[in-house]
Amino acid sequence: MREIVVLSGKGGTGKTSIVGSLAALAKGKVLADCDVDAADLHLLLKPTIKEENEFWSGQLAQIDEAKCTECGLCQDLCRFEAIRDYKVDPIACEGCGFCSHICPTNAITMKENMSGHWFVAETRYGPLVHARLGIAQENSGKLVAQVRQQARRIAEERGFDCIISDGPPGIGCPVISSLSGASLALMVAEPTLSGIHDLERVLGVCRHFGVPATVAINKHNLNEENSRRIEDYCKDQGIGVAARIPFDNAVTEAIVRGLPVVEYADGAVSREIEGLWDSISRP
Amino acid sequence: MLISIASGKGGTGKTLVATSLALALKDNRKVKLLDGDVEEPNDHLFLKPDISGSQPVFIPVPKIDEAKCTRCAKCAEVCAYNAIAVLGGCGACSYLCPEKAISEEQRQTGVVEWGNADGIDFVQGRLTVGEAMAPPVIRQLKKHTDSDGIAIIDSPPGTSCPVVETIEGSDFCLPTPFGLNDLVLAVETVRQLGIACGVVLNRAGVGDNSVEEYCRKENIPILLTIPLDTEIARLYSRGITLVEGLPEWKEKFVGLFQKIKETVDARDRSLKR
Repeated sequence: MREIVVLSGKGGTGKTSIVGSLAALAKGKVLADCDVDAADLHLLLKPTIKEENEFWSGQLAQIDEAKCTECGLCQDLCRFEAIRDYKVDPIACEGCGFCSHICPTNAITMKENMSGHWFVAETRYGPLVHARLGIAQENSGKLVAQVRQQARRIAEERGFDCIISDGPPGIGCPVISSLSGASLALMVAEPTLSGIHDLERVLGVCRHFGVPATVAINKHNLNEENSRRIEDYCKDQGIGVAARIPFDNAVTEAIVRGLPVVEYADGAVSREIEGLWDSISRP
Repeated sequence: MLISIASGKGGTGKTLVATSLALALKDNRKVKLLDGDVEEPNDHLFLKPDISGSQPVFIPVPKIDEAKCTRCAKCAEVCAYNAIAVLGGCGACSYLCPEKAISEEQRQTGVVEWGNADGIDFVQGRLTVGEAMAPPVIRQLKKHTDSDGIAIIDSPPGTSCPVVETIEGSDFCLPTPFGLNDLVLAVETVRQLGIACGVVLNRAGVGDNSVEEYCRKENIPILLTIPLDTEIARLYSRGITLVEGLPEWKEKFVGLFQKIKETVDARDRSLKR
């Protein structure tokens, strides 16, 4: 199974647009949206949802007021400052359960917490697994793991040998969860100082977890000097640059029309993305 | 006053708004800028601060003394995470071990740095590459929000724990949406925390007017509109803030702050009553 995860460090560099185009180009694959905080691949691919599932993960402390003697031990010991005035702040509570173990009157119990949903959907480019973490919830990494596991299950069932995942921004827990054990990380980098800084950090995460990476420079001609810096950095690190996608209004127009750019225009942007898919589709 | 800048989706202009707002206000007020996007902090690239101090961020990690351990497995029973992830160390195992065989070691997972950027008090957090948990770094960063002037905090993208940790306790939140989908996510997050908000519309002129309609319906003011403009994108690419690259924007950011201040002052007055 070849699993390609698209990352960038910085948000808004064009991950979803590129995944949308790869979805149109690739045959026999499952799509996964691993940005469970702010999934947006479904906006582009307009899926029909076939399955909706609840995501139960973690726990929240609950204080039984009838049993609570207001001794304050739980407040003193909670490292997350999640208990104030003998009440649990559900947003601050990390679900560690420490309070439930030490309460002298057993007034605290842990209840299961439903923290989101995950979906199996059909698009005209094939099946899509995506998810929605509840607002202000934790455990985004576990929900990402669930999305990847379901994508693998569907790929196996249908005899597909490829998964293309749209990853989250950043370098933390959901990124690590999207990345670990993937065949290839495709980095969408924009030639801005922020883009370069963030690319270097997320490439560090790939190195840390031993996932090979390749780079696509998006809006290549927005700043040629910065694009050269990305090329030099990649050469120095032994990382290939698989595409140099120019800035083109056709990309925005395609987004507004809800189409992958390779289906909307046949200019330089589309040619670069086709070349990109050629170079990363095989090991 | 603490103003947070947030968005459901990444790359929608948080850094641009945070840095330009800080620069526009610094001549007449005491301004502090905190970069809470500890996974990918970018404000320093624009403000180029002189860093004068730093403090490492540690999380406690349990360590078992084999000589004292009787294999009673109490620690395994109480560990909600099955010890697969140490979420900033809850301390349950060391407290509850009957033999007191568990102590806590400190592992560094990031750093908080501070300094001065041309008159702006600057603070940022930085998560170590390969570490998963941003909230402990953000929690330490937020110990620096005390300010008798204006503190502006730049949030990471999304809607989950790092965002909540960053924007919680702010007097006003400015979402910078790209589209309706990510605006709704940001507004839901802000409202859950009971924070007043107003929108800065970035790259306006793309797509339909669903964002404006939503704001009208939900009674959320659009406080500033920044057009989709190649010149602004090029300045950004070179690490130049909007108010420095196009000085006519300074007045607009001062105006943005005035509108925020009116909302916060009105709220404070009604709270006093």
